[in-house]
Amino acid sequence: MTDQESRDRERARAMAEREATHASDTPDDYRGNADPNGVGVIPSSSALATPALADAPVSGSGVGAFGARGKVRIGDKVFRYLTAGAGMFVCILITLVAVFLLAKAIPSIANDKVNFFTSRAWQVSGSTLEFGIVDLLWTTVLSSVFAMLLAVPVAIGIALFITQYAPRQLARPVAFVVDLLAAIPSIVYGVFGITVFAPKLHGIIDFLNRYLGWIPLFKKQISDPGTVFAGGIILAIMILPIITAIAREVYERTPRENVEAAWALGATKWEMVRLSVLPYGKPGVISGAMLGLGRALGETIAITLILVAPPSGAPFSPSLFYGGETFASKIANAAAEFNNPTQTGAYIAAGLVLFVLTFAVNAAARIVVNRRREFS
Amino acid sequence: MAKRIEAKNLNIYYSKFLAVSEVNFTIAPRSVTAFIGPSGCGKSTVLRTINRMHEVIAGAHVQGDVLLDGESIYGSAVDPVDVRRTIGMVFQRPNPFPTMSIYDNVVAGLKLQSGRIKKAELDDTVEKSLRGANLWEEVKDRLGKPGAGLSGGQQQRLCIARAIAVEPQVLLMDEPCSALDPISTLAIEDLIQSLKEKYTIVIVTHNMQQAARVSERTAFFNLAGVGRPGQLVEIDDTQKIFSNPSEQRTEDYISGRFG
Repeated sequence: MTDQESRDRERARAMAEREATHASDTPDDYRGNADPNGVGVIPSSSALATPALADAPVSGSGVGAFGARGKVRIGDKVFRYLTAGAGMFVCILITLVAVFLLAKAIPSIANDKVNFFTSRAWQVSGSTLEFGIVDLLWTTVLSSVFAMLLAVPVAIGIALFITQYAPRQLARPVAFVVDLLAAIPSIVYGVFGITVFAPKLHGIIDFLNRYLGWIPLFKKQISDPGTVFAGGIILAIMILPIITAIAREVYERTPRENVEAAWALGATKWEMVRLSVLPYGKPGVISGAMLGLGRALGETIAITLILVAPPSGAPFSPSLFYGGETFASKIANAAAEFNNPTQTGAYIAAGLVLFVLTFAVNAAARIVVNRRREFS
Repeated sequence: MAKRIEAKNLNIYYSKFLAVSEVNFTIAPRSVTAFIGPSGCGKSTVLRTINRMHEVIAGAHVQGDVLLDGESIYGSAVDPVDVRRTIGMVFQRPNPFPTMSIYDNVVAGLKLQSGRIKKAELDDTVEKSLRGANLWEEVKDRLGKPGAGLSGGQQQRLCIARAIAVEPQVLLMDEPCSALDPISTLAIEDLIQSLKEKYTIVIVTHNMQQAARVSERTAFFNLAGVGRPGQLVEIDDTQKIFSNPSEQRTEDYISGRFG
C-alpha cells in the first residue's frame, strides 16, 4: 500500500467515524432538510456514497461456518424496495414536471416573434406572439435576493439566540413563535403587506433615495407603495421561519467536542460560537438559505398582491423602489385568460424558466457546499 | 512558566447533585500527576474544575477553591476565560476544529488571545508547537490540509500542539489515550515526558500501567459508597501508590480486587 493510499484510508476511516457519530447524535425527528452537508430537499446522492456505508458488511456474502450464502431476509428486501421506490418517485415526479413544462412551452417559444430571453415585450393575446422574460427575471431575482439578504442574517441571529444564548424557558417560546410565522397563509402576508405595511415605507424610501439615489438600485421611481422593496421585505418575513428552523437544528447539533475545544482554548462565548458553532452549521445554513430563496422565487399570491405592475411600454428600471412582475405573479395575474394553448404556452415558458432558475440555485448551493467538503 | 496547583475543600456539584466532595491536594510545578479510579468517581470532574471547564455545563458549580501559585482561580474578579487561557486542556476524543486546516488549528488559540499576529510569528509558533507535539515531521508538507483528515493519534497530538501553542502554565489531559491504539499511545506518553520539563501536567487515565509509566504522583479517587459522592482517597508518589499504598481501598483497586 502506498503512502497516499494509506492516508486516504485513514481519512476514509475518520470520515466514517464522524458520520457514525453524527448519526448517533441525531434523534428520531431528524429531518432531511437539516442535513448539514446536503442542500435542498432532494436527497443528496453523495450522502449515499459515504465510507460508512461502503465499509458496512454486505449481507449475503457470509462464508465458512455461517454457510456459503447469507439468508435473504424479507424485511430487508421490502424495506430496500420501499426506500428505493420513494427515492425514484421524487425523480420521476421532477422529470414529469420538466417534460410537461417543455412540451407546453416549446411550441409557443417557437412562435415567439421576439427573443425569448432578451425581449421586454409581453404581447400574447393577439394573433402574433411576442414575449420575453428579461423584466420578469430581473424582478424575480431582485426581490428574492433582497429578501434573502434581509432574512439570512436575522435567521442566523435568531437561531444563535435560541440555541446558544437564551435560557431554556425563553428559547422554547421564541422558537415556537418563529415557527408560527410559517403557519400564516401567504394571502394574509399579501393583504397585510399592501394595505398596512407598504404605505408605511415612504420615510425609509425617501431617506434611501436622498442619500443613495445615485445608485440605480435606490432611485425612487414611483410613489405607489407596491414596490419590490416592500415585496422583498414581506418575502423576507415569509422565508425567515424556514431558514431559522434549519439554522437552529444544525447549530443545536454542534458536537460537544468542538464546543469544548473552543472553551478550553479560552474562547469567550462569541469566540466559541465563531470557532465551533458557525463553521459546523455553515453548510446547513447555506442549504436553508437556498430553500428560503427557492420559496421566495416561487412565492405567488403575496407578491401578486403587493407589486404594482408598471404600464406596458414603461422603460426598464433596476430600482428596488419600482413595481414589477415576477414569473409567478405574471402567471397568476393572467390565470383568467388561459384560453388557448399558444397563449398559455407563453406563461408556461415563464414557469419553465422559474423551474430552471430554482434548480440552478440549488445546484449552485450544492457546489458551494461541496467545494469545502474536505473541511467539514 | 509552570505553576503549582492546590485544591482546597473542593465540593463539586451538578445542579443540586454533589458529585465530588472535600477534595484537597497540592500538585508541584513541572510534574506529572495521574488521576486514577473507577468510572464515575469524579476524576474528570475534578480535572475540569482546575480550568473552570466544569461550569460550562448548565447548572454545574463548585464550592471551595483552586489556587494557582497561591492565587484563587475562583475569585469573584477572575474571568474564567483568562483561567482557560493559562491552563490548557486535551480531551478524551481528539477534537481538532473540523473546518480548519492543521495550521489554523494550531494557531486557533493564539489568534483568540493576541488578535493580529505577523505571519512569520505564526509560522514560528506552528513549527515550534508541532515539533513540541512530535507531529512536525509528519505534517510539515500538508499544513493546509484539514486537521480532521489525520489519524486519531495524529489528531490528538495536533490537539496537544494547539494547547501548547499558547504556552499555558498547566496542561490538563482527560484520558488523552483512551481512543488511541498502543503505538499512538506510546507517542503521547513520550510526549508527556518531554512536556513536563515546561508544564505542570495532570492526566486522568483508566490505564493503571499508563499512570505508573508517566506520572510521579498518583491520586486515587473513588466513590465514598453507593449513591454517595466521589472523593479523593489518597494522593502520593506513584511508586508508593502502586507498591505500598496507605489505604486499603487503593490497594484493592490497583490489585484488581475492586468490586
